[in-house]
Amino acid sequence: MNAARVTVSGPARGGVALDLRGVRKVFQNHTVIEHFDLEVRAGEFLAILGPSGCGKSTLLRIIARLLAPDDGAVAVDPDADRFQTSFVFQDAHLLPWRTVLDNAALPLELMGVAREERYAKARAALDEIGLAEAEDRYPAQLSGGMRMRVSLARALVAEPRLLLLDEPFAALDEITRFRLDLRLRELWKERGLTVVFVTHSISEAAFLANRAVVLARRAGRIKLDRLLELPERNEDLRLDPRYGAEMKILLGAMEEE
Amino acid sequence: MSRLKSAIPALIPFLVLTASLEIAVRVGWVRSYLIPAPSAVFRAMIESRDELAAAIATTSASALLGFLMSTVTGIAIAVFLSSSRAIQRAFYPYAVFFQTVPIIAIAPLLVIWFGYGMRTVVASAFVVSIFPVIANTLTGILSTEPALRDLFRLYGASTWTTLVKLRFPAALPQILTGLRVASGLAVIGAIVGEFIGGQGLGSVVDVARTQQRVDKVFAAVLLASVLGLALFGMINLVSYWTLRRWHASEQ
Repeated sequence: MNAARVTVSGPARGGVALDLRGVRKVFQNHTVIEHFDLEVRAGEFLAILGPSGCGKSTLLRIIARLLAPDDGAVAVDPDADRFQTSFVFQDAHLLPWRTVLDNAALPLELMGVAREERYAKARAALDEIGLAEAEDRYPAQLSGGMRMRVSLARALVAEPRLLLLDEPFAALDEITRFRLDLRLRELWKERGLTVVFVTHSISEAAFLANRAVVLARRAGRIKLDRLLELPERNEDLRLDPRYGAEMKILLGAMEEE
Repeated sequence: MSRLKSAIPALIPFLVLTASLEIAVRVGWVRSYLIPAPSAVFRAMIESRDELAAAIATTSASALLGFLMSTVTGIAIAVFLSSSRAIQRAFYPYAVFFQTVPIIAIAPLLVIWFGYGMRTVVASAFVVSIFPVIANTLTGILSTEPALRDLFRLYGASTWTTLVKLRFPAALPQILTGLRVASGLAVIGAIVGEFIGGQGLGSVVDVARTQQRVDKVFAAVLLASVLGLALFGMINLVSYWTLRRWHASEQ
């Protein structure tokens, strides 16, 4: 009865390239994004920084095709796979009536993957994120950090080529946040996907990304677009003077108005 | 067992009230033709036990059937209304009609349509209890978090899949709230229907009233309340089974 329409296979599928041209979005006479141009290379880890209300979340949803721009276009290359984009929200947004395993397997279930296969992949994803033992628990029984891990596992289970994250770790304590940042970076390196990470936090952006874009206060104007000159990321990065230097540059761009 | 123990605090006011009332009537503070002594009510229950047993069985069946019908129909209507805002605007006001119609006034109309007997009683229970089901189910379905809806869209889920796998389970706590309200109303609707056109507890109350048998009236009313409580308790049990692992209300 449950025929698999889609089979997902292969470890690293690589990333996609994005090309945003002239993207414009208006909400009720208020121009949230004026005229946005951005090119993202395949496999890049891009951080988008900006103050509240600058349109970064809207931008992310437009990239995810959850929202259509009023003008301009988002080109994805290659645009072959239908379900190659994953989204991680600020809240874990798990389905409370399902177990951790069922939650992690949800994308595959919606894509029509057969039960055996999707459970196997969900288990693998949970294992990668360190939650293998929790598969039969319910979200209500998990801590905030664990719920976010499940959300991450869910985002990775369909092996996306584009991973979009909207301030995912903002609500977590610092240590959990740091651990998840490290893990995310590791997973990115293993799979080579394209990541667009929206954050408020300069230190997090500097730690995670290869490239940072700083948006202005209004209309999504780009104030800074910079490739970060940093060595390989690990726990000791914060001690490296280059880290502080990059943070200073980003802070400068965010402060001036 | 602990569930039974937790019912004890609720019984205490009842016992105190019953004891006080008994004393008040015996001493003469309260006229027994206004409020009968609890012992008189109890005696009436024993005397008429066969009649009351048959009556409660009849009313239970009608109320339960009316309630089940309003559950199924109410949920179906709410699902239909949830499909678009235009449909809501067009049809929801008519659903509100079920809330406001005075059942005691249209019950004779139901008798004309359905004749004397169980059909009218069930129809009456249905009409009175359906609106809370529609209103609560609709609110529940429409209150799904936008982020979750986005998640389902991202992976290509159809409207139906989203309804079945996301919106409906998410709405369950709200639906059960609606059912709790509807269950009591179904009993009321059944009793009113029986006043006008049927057997059962409503009929017992009506006949006893004309005979000035206040004790019997009280006995029947008490049994009707017990019936309402029993239905309510059943919904709570369903709520416990379905929600206990994930919803705050059952934890």
